[in-house]
This record gives sequence, C-alpha cells and structure tokens, in this order.
Amino acid sequence: MTLTALDLSALWVTLRLAFMTVVVLLIVGTPIAWWLAHTRSRFRTIVEAVVALPIVLPPTVLGFYILVALGPHGPIGQLTGITFAFTFWGLVVASAFYSMPFVVQPLHAAFEAVGRAPLEAAWSLRASPFDAFMTVISPMALRGYISGIVLGFAHTMGEFGVVLMVGGSIPGKTRVLSTTVFDHVEVMEYQQAHLLSAGMLIFSFLVLLGVYVANRRFPVHVS
Amino acid sequence: MSRLVARCHVCYPGFELNVALDVPASGVLALYGPSGSGKTTLVRCLAGLERAPDGFLQVGDEVWQDESRGLYLPMHKRPIGYVFQDARLFPHMSVRSNLVYGFNRTPPDQRKVSLEQVVGILGIQHLLERRPHKLSGGEQQRVAIGRALLTSPRLLLLDEPLSSLDTERKREVLPFIQRLYKELHIPIVYVSHSVNEILQLAHRVAFLQAGQLKAVGPLSDVFARLDLHSNAGRRSLGAVIDAEIAEHEPSYGLTRLAFQGGTLYVPLQTLDVGEPLRVHVLATDVTLLRCTSALATSALNMLDARVVEIKEADQATVDILLDVGCPLVASVTKKSFSNMDIRPGQRLCAHIKALALVEELTD
Repeated sequence: MTLTALDLSALWVTLRLAFMTVVVLLIVGTPIAWWLAHTRSRFRTIVEAVVALPIVLPPTVLGFYILVALGPHGPIGQLTGITFAFTFWGLVVASAFYSMPFVVQPLHAAFEAVGRAPLEAAWSLRASPFDAFMTVISPMALRGYISGIVLGFAHTMGEFGVVLMVGGSIPGKTRVLSTTVFDHVEVMEYQQAHLLSAGMLIFSFLVLLGVYVANRRFPVHVS
Repeated sequence: MSRLVARCHVCYPGFELNVALDVPASGVLALYGPSGSGKTTLVRCLAGLERAPDGFLQVGDEVWQDESRGLYLPMHKRPIGYVFQDARLFPHMSVRSNLVYGFNRTPPDQRKVSLEQVVGILGIQHLLERRPHKLSGGEQQRVAIGRALLTSPRLLLLDEPLSSLDTERKREVLPFIQRLYKELHIPIVYVSHSVNEILQLAHRVAFLQAGQLKAVGPLSDVFARLDLHSNAGRRSLGAVIDAEIAEHEPSYGLTRLAFQGGTLYVPLQTLDVGEPLRVHVLATDVTLLRCTSALATSALNMLDARVVEIKEADQATVDILLDVGCPLVASVTKKSFSNMDIRPGQRLCAHIKALALVEELTD
C-alpha cells in the first residue's frame, strides 16, 4: 500500500497551499489584528464579525461567492483581466479568506494582552513605531503568532468545500488531500482513503497538541 | 540659563488641563497635586504621548512642539527619558538588553552616559543577566530608570516612579534618583503626590489642581503659600528650610545648622560640615511668643520672626506666614491669635518644637 503519484502531487499542492496561505495571512492579518486590538472605531465590531464569518458560514457559500468574484465575469476578473478561478492562486485567495479567523483571532488576542504600555516604553527609548513593533510587540505576541501560524496552516490543509468550489480539484494544480480522499471514496478505494485520512488525522492531532504544549511550556512573562 | 517652556491645553470628557509652564531647565521640578489633577497628562504632553492641539514645548534651545507652525516631534524623536509608574521592562529581554535598547538607538555622537556609569549609579551590576520578572519591584524600577538614562536624555520624566513600591523599596530607590541630577546634571520632571518624596528630591515645585497650575517656584516658596495649604491637605502644611551643617557639638549630642535666618539645632548628624540638609517644619510644630528682652527658656530653636500674612484656616485655627530670613508657617488656635493680637508686620519669636530632617522618609 503506497501513495500514488496523484496522491503525492495532492500532498505537495496541499502543503504549498497551506504555506502560501499562512504567508498571505501574516501579511494581511497582522495589520487587521493590530487595528482590532487598538482602535476605538465603531466599525470595529463589524470588522470582527466579518473576520469571524468563515467559522459559521458553510464553505460552499463562501466558495461560491469567491468563485463568482474570481471568475472571468466577476469584479476581479473584469478589473485585472485574469481569471483566478480554478488556479492555484485562486485557491490561495480563497483559503486566505477561509482561514482568516484562525490567524487573526489569536493575533488579536495576543496584541490585546500585550497592550499599549510596552509600545510607549519602546517609543520613549527612541524606537520608531515599526522598530517598536518588530523588536518589542512581535516577540511579546509570539504565542499569538505561533498559534495563528499553526492553526492557519492546519485549517487550510483541512478545507474541502471552498477548495472544491474555487479550485475544482484539478490534479497537480488544485487537487489537495481532502478532495483526494473524497475522490478515493467515490471510486471505493478505501485503502487509499484510509491512508490519507489517517495521515491527516494524526497530523492535525499532533499540530494541536504542539500548540497546547507550547502554550503551557513557554508562557510569556509580562511584568 | 536654559529653560523649560510648555503650553498644554487638552480637553477630555469631564477633564480639562490648561497649563503654561516656564521654569529653569535644571534640577528637579516636582509636579505635585492630588490624584486627577492632571500631573500625568501634563507629563505625557511633555513626552509626546498626548498632543495638545495648540501646544508648545521648548527645552533649552530646542523646540519639540509648536503647533502654530505645525511642528510636532513624536515621542521617539524627542531626546527624553520616561520612567513609568509600572517599570514596563521588556519581558522577553534580559536586564542588559533592556538597558541598551535605547542606548543602541541613540546616535553615537549623542551618547553621554555609558552602561558602566548607569550600572554603577543604580547598583544593578548583579542583575544584568537576569530576566525582568525575576526582579523585585524596586530593582525593576531602577533598571527602568537606567534604561531611560542610557538614551542620554535632555529631559528625564519620572511619572510617580515610586508609587507602586512599598516604603522599604522607596527607601531603596530614592537615593539613586537623588544621585541622578547630582552626577549627571539631567533636568528632571518628577510627578508625585507624596510630600515626602518631593521634600527629598525637588528644587522646584509646580502645584496642579483640577487641571490648573496653582503655583510654581522654589520648593520653600510654594510650600509656604498659605492659600495652597487648604488644598494640599493640612498634614503637609509646613515650611521647608534649606540649611547646611555649621558645626557638630558632640558633647551635647547636637549639630548646629545654619540657614538664611539663623541657626537651628538638631540631633547629632553624621554629615560633614558644609553639607546641605533640608529641614521640614510642620506648621503645628511652631509656637509663637511675644519677644521680651529677657527671654529665658530651655527652648533651643527660637527664631526672630516677622508676621507676613494671616489666613483663617478653619473655625478654630489661623495660619500665619512668617519671615525668619526664609518663609516659615505657623498654625495657632484662633483664641491664642486673638489673645496675642497678632498683626502683619509684627515681630515675634517663633519656637520650633519639632522638625523633621528630610532624609527620614516617613510615609
């Protein structure tokens, strides 16, 4: 019982997708989380709700709208002339939306816990706002980053509905592990499905275990 | 002489701070006043953490804020040191890394203070490799002061740096703050609502109340203002006399102090002759007597006084500002006041029953 070439390519696509999604979410999610933690704007609650939407929304609903937006007749397609639907980068965009709460929420909580005080202290020591963020706030929010990265990665690996809607499970391009499991089951290849499913189950468990152990083992000391 | 000039007017719901300050930029200026009087807001304006819409701030010949021509330096561009009430050390760095954080961000040609110097003054050599959370409150605050000093600030702002410490820890940190201006000559703005801390540190006092500057000037002048005493609380009522050691009389167990108005005797001191010593005389510890030519008394600390100002304090008490060469405040009962028929300009003898040497921190 071994993995077929198709399964391996699905694994590779999955890992690439999860990695790229986390990178995108760190770049996009950090400012959003920072803004949420520090703003007094009345739009805060609205943005919070929008960020949390993917948790409750059926993935097919989210996937459907992203598909429409990224398709040749959607706003993005019209604007750029590029059709992202059924491409790897389309998947990255969709996954970023889908996994956003799993990165933004831990970061938001971490920034809130760090608070404004260390920032003011860093400014008083002549650190520019960016310098202060990189050298004081980020290390102090490290646990939030670790949680966000791990959860974002794992959650992206596990998505199914959005991937199916936006990616269409094209082998080598947009076919990921979760859709591969589905395909195997459809054609009664239970052995293959077992192998991939068990792999993902163990992976997910280990990831979560790692997050909880890290949280317990390396508490951030805030004076 | 270089000056600290600040104009700061900020409004929040339920609070307004409106202060214009112009004081010499040297020594220790204490911002004193009850809680909620705007001390911290003012010092945050000086730091650049609050921005007054039409504010102005000049330290020496440098203007940091002049909204009339759109100039505003954000905090990280101001050469200030700021010590917060809570030390705010960076928990993910060692004490050493905390100390050099600002030093490394100060242009080399502006560095006037070295790590060795600061470590020596603050006595924190043994803490350098530790993590902040392993330090006591007093140690943390000393590191915070050192960290601020290492940016070679042109103005050091201390926002109630001792308020979170117990009396023991205060005793531990205060001498280090006293050494700062003696050894490094950095002008200090010291926020406090503790009379004792101010007595020990301040050269000048700015008295704030409800967002207004009520008085500013040398410590002894401000403390002698009768109109402030009702505000500041009667416990702190009393004059401050800056004296120096004139002579030790060990056979009597006494030390003679000289000040502008004469001499005072205190229990034998260990300081050298010529060293300064600050004396706090509570108004309730001053007795007034008619001067007679043949005044024979066992009292030692008897001073010639002239009545300057009289103010009714409450139903039974009258506060009297005296001139004994420097200001002195006496609090007497209204009955004695009437019996003695005290009037401005009158000459009396003031007997100081008890005095506190400022080094004794009682809180």
